[in-house]
Amino acid sequence: MFTRHIILAALLGVSAGTTQAEVVSPSAVVVNEYGEIVQSLTGIAGDPARGQEVMTTRGLGNCIACHEVTALQDYPFHGEVGPSLDGVGARWDEAGLRGIIANAKAMFPGSIMPSFYKVDGYTRPGDAYTGKAAEGALEPLLAAQDIEDVVAYLLTLTEY
Amino acid sequence: MNTKSKIATIAVALGMAASSSISHADEDADLVVNGEIEMVVRTAAPAHLEGAVSTIYSGWVFRSDETQAMQADDFDNPGMLFVEKGEQLFNTAMGADGQSCASCHQSSDLTNVRATYPQWDAEHSEVQTVEMQVRECQTEQMGMEEPWGINSGDMLDITAFIASIGRGQIVDVAIDGPAHETWELGREIYYTRFGQLELSCANCHEENYGNRIRADHLSQGQINGFPTYRLKNARLNGVQNRFRGCVRDTRAETYGIGSDEFVALELYVASRGNGLTVEGPSVRN
Ligand code: HEC
Ligand code: HEC
Repeated sequence: MFTRHIILAALLGVSAGTTQAEVVSPSAVVVNEYGEIVQSLTGIAGDPARGQEVMTTRGLGNCIACHEVTALQDYPFHGEVGPSLDGVGARWDEAGLRGIIANAKAMFPGSIMPSFYKVDGYTRPGDAYTGKAAEGALEPLLAAQDIEDVVAYLLTLTEY
Repeated sequence: MNTKSKIATIAVALGMAASSSISHADEDADLVVNGEIEMVVRTAAPAHLEGAVSTIYSGWVFRSDETQAMQADDFDNPGMLFVEKGEQLFNTAMGADGQSCASCHQSSDLTNVRATYPQWDAEHSEVQTVEMQVRECQTEQMGMEEPWGINSGDMLDITAFIASIGRGQIVDVAIDGPAHETWELGREIYYTRFGQLELSCANCHEENYGNRIRADHLSQGQINGFPTYRLKNARLNGVQNRFRGCVRDTRAETYGIGSDEFVALELYVASRGNGLTVEGPSVRN
């Protein structure tokens, strides 16, 4: 009885650890030779509803500034700089989508698409949109869980 | 009912106000201002752009029908009110010596200014913008201790006046000779991917002109129409202020108005418009 409790506690301890603390930092992300990121950035399943919000909100992903998405027609003003994301969940798997969003340049060399999970290597980085120099360490454009949520949303876009 | 007006009726019924920022422009239209000044809004790119773009377009081409129309007639162009103010300033005495611009210049002698600036100034060994030239006149000829700020209202008004008298002239800034080094710095800046979004001028204005980015219809970022009257802020906007806005939007630390970098960039971007006509003050959304 006593031992069982200990085992249970140990198990709970481990799982609590994975849900809270194991965010992979931008510098620790492992990108494979295809530009994919196999491992989840947080270990927490993405929430597609929240992913949709990230995609359409200016201060977050603002993905529709460059991409058209038929399923997001209710949100005005889709851009034409990138390809339509219709069917993207059928073209790419989770690891590929995570890789594209975290750092599209690893998948498409020289891409105009911003790298959403990166904190260094910039020329004259600013303090958000103030035009002033950034002070201190930069935050990535999107948080790790935002990226997981966007991946989950994109995986729902299986129709062309 | 033709299809176009039918669509318009449906759009109104759906409550989709025909906002100027979403309606597509007529990209094939020609611009003749006041039925008399014939503008070159599209033409073969200058030789130095070989391999980059083959045709250059005025920003006017990418604006909505309504905005395009406003620029075609001085009575509809709100920028012309500032031109009038600029003309008054041109004739107003300023500084210790009681002189006005008109004491030294007939405005008719200045019709070529907008089309050929920025240009090399041998005396000061630097490339000067029109604003820098005005400030030089103010301090060195007119005894003004405090010349106008580059982005001040008075400066915008007088540069709008100087642009307006040069309308229709073909832009032809020199990029060789002593200005060449500055021009090269400007080109380097144009292709640098700035800020946390890592975007260069070229990413938007060379690779994506004609495409929408969110609600905006991207132009080639030409400066032949400056200063521009923007409906968004209902006033004149200077070239380097526009540069500052675009750099800021890449989440970058911008350069200052009047900085060596922006002067170089202004020369370079002006040269990408060699062959278009001076249109300032133009109307933009
Ligand atoms: C500034 C423009 C821009 C922004 C902002 C942008 N993208 Fe992209 N994206 C592109 C371009 C351009 C490509 C095409 C790849 C290439 O050639 O560089 C692309 C490619 C993609 C692809 C692969 C598409 C396919 O059809 O295979 C996905 C998925 C994608 N983007 C998702 C996103 C998401 C999600 C966001 C926001 C979090 C986003 N993008 C923001 C420009 C952008
Ligand atoms: C993220 C995209 C983006 C980048 C990067 C960018 N711009 Fe712009 N720029 C715009 C948009 C959007 C507009 C408004 C629509 C238009 O005229 O293209 C604009 C407008 C302009 C205009 C006004 C054109 C006119 O006819 O009124 C100029 C000039 C300009 N940009 C120059 C630059 C320069 C120089 C750089 C680099 C320092 C730059 N832009 C970088 C998006 C961008």
